Amino acid sequence: MNTAATDSAVGAGASMQVWERGLRARELRDRCVEILLLAAASVAVFTTAAIVYILVTESLPFFAHVSLRDFFTDTLWTPMFDRPHFGIMPLVAGTLVTTFVALCLAIPCGTIIAIYLSEFAPYRLREFVKPALELLGAVPTVVYGYFALLVVTPFLQRFIPGLPGFNMLSAGLVIGIMIIPYVASVSEDAMRAVPNYMREGSYAMGSTRFQTATRVVVPGALSGIAAAYILGISRAVGETMVVAVAAGLQPNLTWNPLESAATITAFIVQVSLGDLPHGSVGYQSIFAAGLTLMVTTLLFNIAGYFLTRRFREVY
Amino acid sequence: MAAVRAGAAELERSVQHRKLMDQLFVLVGMTVLFASLLTLALLFMKLVHDGSARFGWDFFMNFPSRNAARAGILSAWVGTCLVMLVTVAAAMPVGVAAAIYLEEYASKNWVTAVIEINVTNLAGVPSIIYGLLALGLFVYKFNLGQSIAAAGLTLALLILPIVVVATREALRAVPRAIREAAYALGATHWEVTAHHVLPYSTGGILTGMIIGLSRAIGETAPIITIGALAFIAFLPTPPISGQFPYLSFTWLTDPFTVMPIQMFNWLSRPDQAFQVNAAAAGAILLAMTLLMNGVAIYVRYRFRKRINW
Repeated sequence: MNTAATDSAVGAGASMQVWERGLRARELRDRCVEILLLAAASVAVFTTAAIVYILVTESLPFFAHVSLRDFFTDTLWTPMFDRPHFGIMPLVAGTLVTTFVALCLAIPCGTIIAIYLSEFAPYRLREFVKPALELLGAVPTVVYGYFALLVVTPFLQRFIPGLPGFNMLSAGLVIGIMIIPYVASVSEDAMRAVPNYMREGSYAMGSTRFQTATRVVVPGALSGIAAAYILGISRAVGETMVVAVAAGLQPNLTWNPLESAATITAFIVQVSLGDLPHGSVGYQSIFAAGLTLMVTTLLFNIAGYFLTRRFREVY
Repeated sequence: MAAVRAGAAELERSVQHRKLMDQLFVLVGMTVLFASLLTLALLFMKLVHDGSARFGWDFFMNFPSRNAARAGILSAWVGTCLVMLVTVAAAMPVGVAAAIYLEEYASKNWVTAVIEINVTNLAGVPSIIYGLLALGLFVYKFNLGQSIAAAGLTLALLILPIVVVATREALRAVPRAIREAAYALGATHWEVTAHHVLPYSTGGILTGMIIGLSRAIGETAPIITIGALAFIAFLPTPPISGQFPYLSFTWLTDPFTVMPIQMFNWLSRPDQAFQVNAAAAGAILLAMTLLMNGVAIYVRYRFRKRINW
């Protein structure tokens, strides 16, 4: 009897030990898993670091060859010619013109749609339109390129005689159509985040819905709306396929949207289409162009990030 | 008295004016909304209409050709499927793990802040920059060449932020009570996550993955940048073979083309016959992305219905 009790005490001690060992093993596994998860999360940091590293190291030889002054002041971009010129300005101008045309369409339309959806539209309509807007964000951009080249340009040529087959106007308009859903959706989110008591206060003072929308909701959501605009801009600046298909591939320093001109992104595509040897000037020039593009969008993104943060802190 | 009446009349007029503005804006808002949606719908219909002449078995089963009427998208859709396979295999584990770390494990410190800023920032990097990264890193530093593996990994990096954000949202939707109940029974951190939180958020994670893939499937610029625009009239090595060891991975290093690149190639030719092909390829590509998004919405709906907190 006594021995049986000792036995079970020994057994309990042993199982206690087993249990403890099991627990330690589980805790050890937990630590390992956490390290693996952290490693996965750091991929984002490594990606950013790799982007910066690649863009900088691949364009350094380019800038050893071309002075920064020439890069910013030369008005010709002909890196593949026998007597090459490396002025980034024609590409920057092309990018800015298409972006400007896109924004002229996307910002008013996107804002009006957002105000309408957030403040005026019946619930059922909003529930239908919101997912549709998000769905439109998934349409491949090369499809929009098709529209710009083969639908919008011929349509515009009916009204604007002498419009070349490749032009920045139609590319810009199509980019605008493309980012309307994006601008509308993000600014609508910002407007929905304005608390209802602010609207109710305004209604109680006898305002109409339109007055409430323009004088209470929009100012309250202003930083969020600005973030939507800025993200829209950075999308338009980085858009590639529409301009590569429809705006032309010839660098051209002009501010006239009716002309054809290459953007930074279109230039990168054009060079990539050819057979470019690793380490040639052409190869280096696309990284220099990419670095310019990256810095431009980075500035916009940083501004957007801080605006979104400010907008979160309001309420 | 007259003054009061005049004031009342003025007030009345002002109210009328404000109400008119209100009505006017409803009209303007509806017009802009429907005009935009209608424009897009018309454009899509035009695309389908333009390409409709080419829809058919031959178009799917033919290689690209100099003869527009005989050209097809066989190598393009096979390439797209294989590239997507690599993208899923890379983006899913890394993206989900990163999201689990940020949502379940990360303490509030500067490491977490740096990771979060990077994820947000990567979502806004233009896709062509990923192409340059891949050209410098995968193609020349890792010597992957212009291969399916290089393209798949590029697109995986591109959709990583989408997967991370969607997974985090799915994890956040699991109530705290579930986690606390599991902790109370002695589960470790990872057991709580793997046995309870993850199964409940499968729907949201899958939805995010499908939406990410639908984005990757249409990406053209980064794949052009790594130099994949070529006339590909052959298929990659099949991944499954008849003899031992049955699975082959040589397809990873094969040259390839994908749907959006094939479409771009046809689109950039002046010959109108090829533009019909471009429209057909575009319509199929569009159908693929819409279908994937439809599936994503359905998956979210199904999983939501099954779970009652």
